[in-house]
Amino acid sequence: MITRKVRKWEKLPGKNTFCCDGRVMMARQKGVFYLTLFLIVGTCSLFFAFECPYLAVHLSPAIPVFAALLFLFVIAMLLRTSFSDPGVLPRALPEEATFIEMEIEAANGNVPTGQRPPPRIRNVQINNQIVKLKYCYTCKIFRPPRASHCSICDNCVDRFDHHCPWVGNCVGKRNYRFFYMFTLSLSLLTIYIFTFDIIHVVMRKYPVSHLSNQKEQTCRRIVLVCFFTLWSVVGLTGFHTYLISLNQTTNEDIKGSWSGKNRVQNPYSHKNIIKNCCEVLCGPVYPSVLDRRGLMQEDSSVSATSAAPSSFSSSNPVSQTTKTTAPLIPNEHTPDDAKPSIAASAETSAPPKDEVPPAPKVPPLASPETDAEASIVKDKAH
Amino acid sequence: MAETHSLQDMRQQAAVAAKVFIQRDYTKGTVCQFQTKFPSELETRIDKQQFEETVQTLNNLYAEAEKLGSQSYVEGCLACLTAYTIFLCMETHYEKVLKKIAKYIQEQNDKIYAPRGLLLTDPIERGLRVIEVTIFEDRSLTR
Repeated sequence: MITRKVRKWEKLPGKNTFCCDGRVMMARQKGVFYLTLFLIVGTCSLFFAFECPYLAVHLSPAIPVFAALLFLFVIAMLLRTSFSDPGVLPRALPEEATFIEMEIEAANGNVPTGQRPPPRIRNVQINNQIVKLKYCYTCKIFRPPRASHCSICDNCVDRFDHHCPWVGNCVGKRNYRFFYMFTLSLSLLTIYIFTFDIIHVVMRKYPVSHLSNQKEQTCRRIVLVCFFTLWSVVGLTGFHTYLISLNQTTNEDIKGSWSGKNRVQNPYSHKNIIKNCCEVLCGPVYPSVLDRRGLMQEDSSVSATSAAPSSFSSSNPVSQTTKTTAPLIPNEHTPDDAKPSIAASAETSAPPKDEVPPAPKVPPLASPETDAEASIVKDKAH
Repeated sequence: MAETHSLQDMRQQAAVAAKVFIQRDYTKGTVCQFQTKFPSELETRIDKQQFEETVQTLNNLYAEAEKLGSQSYVEGCLACLTAYTIFLCMETHYEKVLKKIAKYIQEQNDKIYAPRGLLLTDPIERGLRVIEVTIFEDRSLTR
């Protein structure tokens, strides 16, 4: 039996990819992220190459300088959002999982055979509102309030907002402010480039000298890209500004958790727009609880395969397509989960991933939308 | 130090009898707080007052880390202006408090819990979900 030291990220469950020896953490599918990078870097390069010389000479040299600073900020925010840990909650170790199971069984009491045990929910009162904490069968924990399980990354994420294919990562507690800064600065950059594009084209149209055909074509292409990007990115920024002012997540907004039906109100909101914004954007920077670069012993003779989750995980794969032109995540593992949605009307149905014969003690999930499906599948299995 | 030496000895030699997990208390929202309810498994080992005091101190430290005040706002704004590159050279307030917490837990283990055959695990090692209390078998205490 040979023991060797490995970094903890190599043994982390979930479907993330890690780079730079655990410093970088992303989702498995990175194709759309590369597209985002290409679009931003490409458009800005064209702007700097073809328009800035003219604008710097005829208007002001500050124009390309400010554009460059804004561009660097956008890239920094994008990379920060994509590469950081969104707030992944580590899975329960076996002893903790057993302890929780024992507590659940003690709370349920004796369930007569043939009857389905009650769903695993813990009720907690926050700010005079009853919040239900659901049990995650994959991570074997009761999810903290506002946490959700991302089926694409196969992790529970704290303050889960959505999984964004454009940044190639989940957006959660730790990287939401970077994501917002990214969309905001990208909106500003797009508006900036768009404005100066128009100015450039107009100035060229009524000049003394004649414009070369190639440059005019490039200008038009930039205007076109900017036009489409503008509406989607500015729209997204507006949507997130609305969410921040109400201290809601995209996930809660889509599920209508605090929509006001049955007098439910958002217990996390400070009822003050400024306070909400300050909390989300200027609150403390939470550290990662995943010790990715820590060292651990590994026994190479022990087969370290963990069994597939024996029950259905309550996953909420809110895959947000923000731009009108993009396809949605082509995830080979969960093809049924990710449904393309442009507006915030994604259906969060979570069909069971594995056809595993259900153990008698495993109760169906608590959430109403999955209960029906779970019961149908269970009936079929029996 | 003789105390830490005996602590490590105990960890290696004594068998683990049970583990108790102190869960999070969400009644104040999503801030990190732990339940101060005294678990029945520890009744024979430690004074209820002592244990509750430990958990309450931890709760206060976590509240200090997550406090929304002028300091956190200034830190947030400054960081944003520097595109968050400032954290390459500066430690965040939260990280500073986490270090304090680690030191406090170490201290409590050495002085109070180890002599009673108990061990507190820093919650950060369990994803800030639980405080794990390891109960070692009684025979290591018969001295």
